[in-house]
Amino acid sequence: MVRLIGILVGIFFSGWLLVTLAVGFFTWASEPKVETAEHVFHEHPKALHLASDGPFGHFDLQQVQRGYKVYKEVCSACHSLRHVAFRDLEQLGYTEAQVKAEAATWMVPGIDPVTGEDTMRAALPTDYFPKPYPNDVAARAANNNAIPPDLSLMAKARHNGDAYVYSLLTGYQDQPAELLAEFPEAKTPDGLHYNPYFPNLNLAMAQPLVDGQVDFDDGSPNDLDSMSQDVAAFLVWTAEPTLAKRHATGWPVVLFLLIATVLAYLAYRNVWRNEKH
Amino acid sequence: MSFPWANHYQPTNPFMRWMDEKLPLPRFVYNAIGAGYPVPRNLNYWWNFGVLAGFCLMIQIVTGIILAMHYAPNALVAFDSTEHIMRDVNWGWMLRYAHANGASAFFVVVYTHIFRGFLFSSYKAPREMIWLLGVVIFLLMMATAFMGYVLPWGQMSFWGAKVITGLFGAIPLVGEPLQIWLLGGFAPDNAALNRFFSLHFLLPFVILGVVILHIWALHIPGSSNPTGVEVKQESDTVPFHPYYTAKDGFGLAAFLVIYTAFVFFMPNALGHPDNYIPANPLSTPAHIVPEWYFWPFYAILRAFTFDFFFVPAKLLGVLAMFAAILVWFFLPWLDTSPVRSARYRPMLRKFIWFGFVPCMAALFYLGGAPAEEPYVMFSQLAAAYYFAHFLIILPIVSMIEKTKPLPNSITEAVLAKNGAAAAE
Repeated sequence: MVRLIGILVGIFFSGWLLVTLAVGFFTWASEPKVETAEHVFHEHPKALHLASDGPFGHFDLQQVQRGYKVYKEVCSACHSLRHVAFRDLEQLGYTEAQVKAEAATWMVPGIDPVTGEDTMRAALPTDYFPKPYPNDVAARAANNNAIPPDLSLMAKARHNGDAYVYSLLTGYQDQPAELLAEFPEAKTPDGLHYNPYFPNLNLAMAQPLVDGQVDFDDGSPNDLDSMSQDVAAFLVWTAEPTLAKRHATGWPVVLFLLIATVLAYLAYRNVWRNEKH
Repeated sequence: MSFPWANHYQPTNPFMRWMDEKLPLPRFVYNAIGAGYPVPRNLNYWWNFGVLAGFCLMIQIVTGIILAMHYAPNALVAFDSTEHIMRDVNWGWMLRYAHANGASAFFVVVYTHIFRGFLFSSYKAPREMIWLLGVVIFLLMMATAFMGYVLPWGQMSFWGAKVITGLFGAIPLVGEPLQIWLLGGFAPDNAALNRFFSLHFLLPFVILGVVILHIWALHIPGSSNPTGVEVKQESDTVPFHPYYTAKDGFGLAAFLVIYTAFVFFMPNALGHPDNYIPANPLSTPAHIVPEWYFWPFYAILRAFTFDFFFVPAKLLGVLAMFAAILVWFFLPWLDTSPVRSARYRPMLRKFIWFGFVPCMAALFYLGGAPAEEPYVMFSQLAAAYYFAHFLIILPIVSMIEKTKPLPNSITEAVLAKNGAAAAE
C-alpha cells in the first residue's frame, strides 16, 4: 500500500514537473531573447590586490591611514561610518593622544550642559563617527532621492566588496555609443551618472574623487587610481577591524590541528595494528 | 541490548565502585561509547560522520550560548548588536564565525551521514526507528538554522523570513491568517524576531533530546556496517573503545582542520553579502536566496511554475518541498530488497551514483541560481528525478533487482578483502 501510494505520488510530482518543463522549454525556445542594457554592459569588478588579501593578509597601515584621510576629506560629506568609533583609530597606529586630537577635529551632536539644548561639540575618542545628515529625509533631499549608504560594512556587503569599491570609484565614464545605439531607452537619466560597475549602470553619486584631490603628508601618489585603492583598503579595515588578528590566530590553530591529525592517524593505525578490517 | 560477548564494566578504583553503586553513570558511558559496546570491525570512513554530527551540535550549543549573552533580539538593535559582537566583544568575531560556519559544517556532516544511509540502506529493518528519529533531527535542524539566520537582521535575514513564512500563506483558506499568526504581524518584525530567538535557543536542546533517542535506538540492534550483513559472532566486532574512539579521533581532527580553515580564512565564503546590509522592508534584494544548505529544497519549491487545475503553482511547490523530505520517512517501506548494502545491489548503486548524486548536485547549484531560464528548466528536470528516484525507481528496483551474493559474515568479508589485498 505504501509503495502503491508512493509510486502514484511520485508519478504525480515527476510527471507534472516534466509537463511544466516541456511547456517551459517550448515557451523559452519560441520566445525571442530579450537583452537588457544592464545584462550586456554591467562589468564585474576589476582585479585589486591589497595587503589584507589571502590567509596571510594583514593591514598596510600606511595605506589604511591614507584611505582614512580620503574618507575624512571626501566621502564623509555624504556617507556615515556608524559602526566605527574614533577609539578604533588607535588600531591604525595612532597614539592615544593623536586619536584624541583627531577626534576633536570632528563635530558631533551633543547637549549643552547648562541649558540642555541640542548643540554640537568636539568629538571624544569614545564617540562614533557622526552621521552627515540628521535623518533619511534630509539625506534623500540632498542626493537626488538616493540615501548614501553607510560605509562601515561596504567591503563585506557586496560581492568582492573591496574590488567593487575600487572599480566604482575609478569606473565613471561617458555612456558607450554602442549602448545608446543598442538600447536608446537606457540613456542615463538627468541627475544620475553612468558607471558600468554599478548593478543597474546608473547611480545618483557623481564621480566623488578626481586626480590630486587629497594631498598626503608623506607625498604618496594621489592620482585617482591610488586613492581609490586606499579607500578600498580603509573600508576593508572598517568592515572587519579584527581581520589581521583572525588570520594571525588561524595559523597556529590550523597548524596545531594538522599535527594533531597526523598524531591521531598514527594512534589509529597503532590501535588497529592487529585487527584486520 | 548488547551482544553476549560485550565487555562488562568492572571498576577497580574504590571511588568508581562506590559511584557505580550509587549512580552507574560511568557504566552507562562504558556501555554506550566505551569498551562495552561491540561494533562491526569493518566500518569505513562513512561511519565517522555520526560522531562528527554530534560534535557539531556541541560546537553550536557552546558558541550559541555565549553569543546569546551578547546579542539583543530587538529589531531596532539586532543588527548593531551583531556588529558589537564582531568588533567589541572579546573573541566575539571568532565565536560568531564559528557559529555561522558551524551551521554549515553541521549540514555538510549531516548530509553526508544521511547519504551514508541511502548508500547502505541503513534505514532498513531492524533500524527503522533510528532512521525516523534521524529525519526528525534533520527537520528540527532546518527549523533551527532558518530561525538562526534571521537573527542578525540583515537583508537576507528579513527577506528570507518573509519568503519562507510566506509559504504558509499558500495553504488554502487558513494560509494568510496562519502566516500572520506565525509572524505576529503582517511582515517579519520585532514579534517575529523575538519568537525566532526564543525558539532558536530552545530547539537545539530538543535536537539534543532526539539525538539521545537516536543513539538509544542505535544501541538496540547495534551499528550497521558496509556489507549490510548482521553481526553473527564475536569475531565480527571490536569494542567501540579503543578501536572506534581512535578512528573517530582521527576523523574529528581532520574535520576540524577544514572547519577552522573556514572560520579563520574564509568565514564569509558560504554567506551572502546582502546580510551585511541592515534589514530594510522597503528595499527588496535582487535575488532572495536562503543559506546554501536549503538550496536543493528551494530549487524544488521554485520548480513548480504551473497551476495544476485549481491547485496554484505556489501551493504545489510548498507541498513538493515538504514532500521531498517527508518521503525519507517512508524509505524503510518503499525499499523491499532483502539486501542492504549498495555494494551488493548493482542496479541501485548505479541509480544512486549516476542518477541521485548528479541530481542533488544540480539541485544544490540551481537553488542558489537566479529564478530565470534556463535554471528553472534544469531544476524541473532534477526535481522530477528526485521524486522518481525515491518513489518510483527505488520500489521497483528493489523488487526486480538481481543482487550479488552476500558474504556469510563480516569476518568472512574482512578476511576475503585482506586475502585479496595480500595476493595482489
